[in-house]
Amino acid sequence: MSPFPTHLLSMDDLDADGIIEVLEVADSFAEVGRRANPKVPTLRGRTVATLFFEDSTRTRMSFETAAKRMSADVLSFAAGSSSVKKGESLRDTVETIEAIGIDAVIIRHASSGVPARVAGWVDHCSVINAGDGWHQHPTQALLDLYTVRQALGGGDVGLARFEGLRVAIVGDIRHSRVARSQITAYAALGAEVTLVAPATLLPPSLEGWPVAAVGHDLDAVLATADVVSLLRVQQERGSGEFVPSLREYTAGFGLTVRRAALLRKDAVILHPGPIVRGVEIASDVAELPAALITEQVSNGVAIRMAVLFLLLGQATREGALHG
Amino acid sequence: MAERERSHTRPRGAVFVPRVQVMSADDVRRAITRMAHEIAERNRGLHHVVLIGLQTGGVSIAERLARTLAEVEGADIPVGTLDVAFYRDDIGLRPVLPEAATDISVDLTGATVVLVDDVLFTGRTIRAALNALGEYGRAQAVELAVMVDRGHRELPIRPDYVGKNLPTSRDEMVDVSDAGVSLGELVGR
Amino acid sequence: MADSGSGPAVLMIRGGTVIDATGERTADVLVRQGRVEAVDADLATPRGATVLEADGCVVVPGLVDLHTHLRQPGREESETVETGARAASLGGFTAVVAMPNTEPAIDSAEAVRNVLELGAKTTAEVAVAGAITVGRNGERLAPLGEMAEAGVTLFTDDGAGVQSAGLMRRAFEYAGGLGVTLAQHCEDGSLAGGGAMHEGAWSSRLGIPGMPAEAEEVMVARDIALARATRGRIHFLHLSTAGSVDLVRRAKSDGLAVTAEAAPHHFTLTDACTAGYDPVFRVNPPLRPQADVDAVKAGLADGTIDAIATDHAPHAPELKDLPFDQAPPGMLGLQTALSLALTELDMPIQRILALLSWQPAAIVRLDPAHGGGQGGPIEPGSVANLCVIDPVATWTVDPAALASRSRNSPFGGRTLRGRVRHTVFRGEPVVVDTEVQR
Repeated sequence: MSPFPTHLLSMDDLDADGIIEVLEVADSFAEVGRRANPKVPTLRGRTVATLFFEDSTRTRMSFETAAKRMSADVLSFAAGSSSVKKGESLRDTVETIEAIGIDAVIIRHASSGVPARVAGWVDHCSVINAGDGWHQHPTQALLDLYTVRQALGGGDVGLARFEGLRVAIVGDIRHSRVARSQITAYAALGAEVTLVAPATLLPPSLEGWPVAAVGHDLDAVLATADVVSLLRVQQERGSGEFVPSLREYTAGFGLTVRRAALLRKDAVILHPGPIVRGVEIASDVAELPAALITEQVSNGVAIRMAVLFLLLGQATREGALHG
Repeated sequence: MAERERSHTRPRGAVFVPRVQVMSADDVRRAITRMAHEIAERNRGLHHVVLIGLQTGGVSIAERLARTLAEVEGADIPVGTLDVAFYRDDIGLRPVLPEAATDISVDLTGATVVLVDDVLFTGRTIRAALNALGEYGRAQAVELAVMVDRGHRELPIRPDYVGKNLPTSRDEMVDVSDAGVSLGELVGR
Repeated sequence: MADSGSGPAVLMIRGGTVIDATGERTADVLVRQGRVEAVDADLATPRGATVLEADGCVVVPGLVDLHTHLRQPGREESETVETGARAASLGGFTAVVAMPNTEPAIDSAEAVRNVLELGAKTTAEVAVAGAITVGRNGERLAPLGEMAEAGVTLFTDDGAGVQSAGLMRRAFEYAGGLGVTLAQHCEDGSLAGGGAMHEGAWSSRLGIPGMPAEAEEVMVARDIALARATRGRIHFLHLSTAGSVDLVRRAKSDGLAVTAEAAPHHFTLTDACTAGYDPVFRVNPPLRPQADVDAVKAGLADGTIDAIATDHAPHAPELKDLPFDQAPPGMLGLQTALSLALTELDMPIQRILALLSWQPAAIVRLDPAHGGGQGGPIEPGSVANLCVIDPVATWTVDPAALASRSRNSPFGGRTLRGRVRHTVFRGEPVVVDTEVQR
């Protein structure tokens, strides 16, 4: 089995074994999270920095909580602060961070490829991609897998049921880093992924993507889906220009109450958040027991703890066999 | 099952190759029976005793001790499991993955915890276990039961109950299971 | 005026093979007072002559680049006319056509003269392309007549294409009356807008907004139709797609006055290069898939594409350090174009030289009154704009060692075959033994 990578930039960085390793380690961290004092000394003395060029309080807090629960020191560089002005040399910011002596940097940026470039510039630091442009958001996909595994029974039982699992990813695939990560992640564990979107919100080319089917008819897919993963129409990325109106989008692709009734009894509904009630999901549907949105959020911390542990607990691979 | 002090490569990658058996399955059974009696003798009444098996080598031994104590003393001793991967003082030096989540469902405040492990070596695992235990309440006392003490301690830690004292050299490996105890080495694929 | 005034009185280029549009012959070349005096085998070397050894080399007319960005005025941190000319000389070019997308744009006779003046003292002939529209805004025609008076023969809004068909038609009509040539950077803004690389499998995987092939092709098709309707002449800059090459091929076979150029990166690199998000590979038009690269090479081979033009586009390092979709597009090209053509194109050297020297010279029709004498042939009386090339010498590209102020060459680390040994500009040896002299 290959060693855990140095950086987590994309779901392509992990093979099935790597993914399973993250999920299993996350079980241990989920237990930590259930304690009265949810803290372990694992990363004491290490420094973790969040570098968020795109604002996202929820994701940044999830990462910072994960780092703090492992007793790491946490530094936050947020968009809008003087050191992170748009146009200032990314390279200078990164060099400053390395000079301070940071063990891991968690980056979110509106431009695809920024975490990959940063990873090429640093020598002693692990880079975690918290979302880059339309490209990838690997920890989101991992926490989605974890949530589904839990719903499927947890542990090895849950894991085995990914084989042939019918997953429908619905919405703005074209502009979605969550979708790109999810497709790779689900397919790596053997699931059958179907994409459902208006034609204008699919990527220009699906060549090489591990997708079983692509369609524009959501109703047709709901009767057999085991997992329905909804994406938000990303107004801030201009996605609204690609469909005539949000009303038309919801009519064709929203998970309305009528559509939710078509789902199988044990099908589950996921959404990376924040949800826009009434557009991609009806308010009432978001409250159904099948909708695992809050579980996704709480699993996020355990998954991010697991990722940090696997990246930073690997300082020297040639550890002695004694201790 | 090879001892916990091993490299990052998961068991799927490396294989323990035995050279000589030092305890048979019967020897192990007898050792467990003897240690159970010692625990009962030392802790009259077995009130507040909790057995905690260290993942993974100590878990089945802890369960066998609990069963023996139930048969012999009629006591129903709670058993928990503890994974110390997050408490090691050598993270990054010798990366170790958690084997399984910790499962301690009783409050340890005021309890006498008997930590159970398969092999006692440098003592660092036990030290990590003492740190971890602190998260579950303030125990009245902590005792240590091991199937094999192989020497080479690096910390002032001593077992209260020992199945067998076994002098070894540092590069040897000790494997403990219900089928017996063997000396050998770990061969990577 | 052919006398540069800064060259030796007599120059002898000895031991090489002379190749120009008329053919190939073993010959020495004797240059006196900036003009070729004799071209013949075994010429006697006059006493006191400066000698350039050309053993094993070909001696050819200096190369002519139809498409260079010299960044002056406005972006001198990236390049100046002087540093760009130096890079040109090292690349074997004795003439370059400076693009007008400077800051401010070159859209007036005065702006033209300013750049001509800056170029007058450098190591290559700097000609200027004027903008088609004021400020390159695509709204109103620029004073083409005034700029033509100042010596401009080629007009383009390069950096962008003229978006309005109506305005472009008027430009064709007006240019026809002046006898000048219009050149187009074909890119429809409404199709390509926001894109940073070719729209296709790679852009989808990498999550980068794309510029589809049709963004270029619709404008090529439009301008061919307009050229046909107005009987105008059009030169297409940096063709990059199979569709564009096909359109030009058909237009030529219909007898239209259409010429085209291609840049070296469009016949050597594909969109797969962007996998690491290195902005050095960001360029407009973008790198395309292999099928388009093959079509460009085929176009160069069968005469559909008339010239190789570098589209030398320097950007200072801090600009290229931005994220891929924020970095300015463009790559260096002057020092690598010839070697890339020799290394990657499977063609006789005379055809490659045609694409780099006399065919581009014919397209830009440099005014002899302002220098001229580019593209050969090399014969007694012609201006001595020459290049001596060692076709088998290899060298490895080191972006930091290039003469440009900038470093953005995508060919760093590549070993190329074919190297300029000497460059002679109006009789002055400006590059000797691969080193620039001033």
